[in-house]
Amino acid sequence: MAAIVEIDNLAAAFDANGEPAGSPVFANLDLTIERGEFVTLVGPSGAGKSTLLRIIADLMPARQGNVRKTMQQSAQRRPIAMVFQEARLMPWRRVRDNIAFGLEGLKVDKGERDRRIDDVLRLVGLADYGDRWPYELSGGQRQRVGIARALAVDPDLLLMDEPFGALDAITRQTLQDELLRIWHETGKSVLFVTHDIDEAVYLGDRVLLLGGSPATITQSYDIAAGRPRRRDQEQVTEAVTRVKRGLSQTFEGGAGI
Amino acid sequence: MNSRPLASATGLIVFLAIWEAIARSGLVASTLLPAPSVLPGALISEVSLGFWHAMVIASMEHYLIGLFLGSLLGIACGMAVALFPRVDATQAWLARVLRPIPPLAWIPFAIIWFGVSQSAAAFIISIGIFWINYFAALTAVESVDKELIELSNAFGHRSFFARLVKVILPGAAPGILGGFRAGLGMGWMTVVAAELFGIIGIGSRMMEAAGLLATEVVIVYMLTIAFLYAVSDTLFVRVRDRLLQWQQ
Ligand SMILES: Nc1ncnc2c1ncn2[C@@H]1O[C@H](COP(=O)(O)OP(=O)(O)OP(=O)(O)O)[C@@H](O)[C@H]1O
Ligand SMILES: [Mg+2]
Repeated sequence: MAAIVEIDNLAAAFDANGEPAGSPVFANLDLTIERGEFVTLVGPSGAGKSTLLRIIADLMPARQGNVRKTMQQSAQRRPIAMVFQEARLMPWRRVRDNIAFGLEGLKVDKGERDRRIDDVLRLVGLADYGDRWPYELSGGQRQRVGIARALAVDPDLLLMDEPFGALDAITRQTLQDELLRIWHETGKSVLFVTHDIDEAVYLGDRVLLLGGSPATITQSYDIAAGRPRRRDQEQVTEAVTRVKRGLSQTFEGGAGI
Repeated sequence: MNSRPLASATGLIVFLAIWEAIARSGLVASTLLPAPSVLPGALISEVSLGFWHAMVIASMEHYLIGLFLGSLLGIACGMAVALFPRVDATQAWLARVLRPIPPLAWIPFAIIWFGVSQSAAAFIISIGIFWINYFAALTAVESVDKELIELSNAFGHRSFFARLVKVILPGAAPGILGGFRAGLGMGWMTVVAAELFGIIGIGSRMMEAAGLLATEVVIVYMLTIAFLYAVSDTLFVRVRDRLLQWQQ
């Protein structure tokens, strides 16, 4: 397999002027994501998980190191799409138009655009909500629109920052399974941040721990369980125990997770 | 229910009744306080003499030109200052010096520069409107959600123009429209003052009437202004609510 993202000796920092200087949030961070791989990232609050996703998405500069991305260029797709920790919808756009946001500027005609919007709306279970304003949605529904918006641009790499954190357990499981299905069908690569170890293990080919001060990737667990997985499958529950044990060793009782 | 319009109608009737009673009681001279019952007659005579609509049209012209120029320039300058830090640095002291000068203080210059003309009135009206819109647009653009700008970068809209059209303008729209609405009211307040110096319009007609102690005519024009303001504000609120229907 070829790598889609190769991160080499990366460090991030913020100084008072918002420049990447000063003491680092994380440092010496190496990470390779293979094409088609599903990588999950866990770590305490403030470790720099969102910051890492931002640097990969070119939303801020690194203090040091580099990120090499190998993506297919296409006028109908965007190579990377991000699902933010909060839904981040534009309140002045209806649901459909929020989803269309990433498609604007691509060579996607109106028919194709509508078809893609209908598809992703159905995927996230909001088929009948396209014409609503964001303020007419619940928090969880808004978050699902954010996910639909990212899927609509058909990215090679999907960066997801605790996308299911705000959802109830049932919706959460449904969306986990939907995400796995989409991933399986489309062969996208995913970097998925979560605080939930069960989720990290159930979804990931690999679970990474980001921690320490300055943080770095302290552990990487390969999840052996095949696909499709069951949540109560022994290889899954056993891996959850292993990751939890690793976490509590690294972070003294898993504080902050 | 509809008890509110009922209550305000009752309030208005009581107010007019007390006013009428005081005016008729002879406690105050009728030139100091004309009775409300003489106002319809005064209005009819102003209309039939052709003054009323001539004055309204003249003032409306001053108002609309002043509103247009003041708002356009105010919004453009306010946005430019918020968008370009270098403009911000140059304007900071300029705005601080010019802002506190009331529009009416510009009357001498307006007359020197434009003569006693339509342009002079429009100029004076535009000044107050300019500042309101300027500060409203400045604050509105500065307070656009930075996270939405990051979002727009994340989804490939990284050019200045795309950011302006897709995020900044819609995000700042409520604030900008709020400023425009305040300017709409401010404009009518300065219209009269701007015409007090002989530029033909509602203001000059009021001065004439006051000189003849025809205070009922003065009141007719005061109410005319209130009416014109109410109409323009109501129309604008309709448009605004359409534009901002995305707000709950
Ligand atoms: N714009 C910023 N300016 C200054 N410091 C920042 C900024 N954004 C993040 N930080 C700091 O960088 C560190 C990492 O933040 P980040 O948001 O990446 O954490 P996180 O791992 O995503 O945490 P959480 O799990 O709570 O979302 C924090 O200590 C935070 O205070
Ligand atoms: Mg975060």
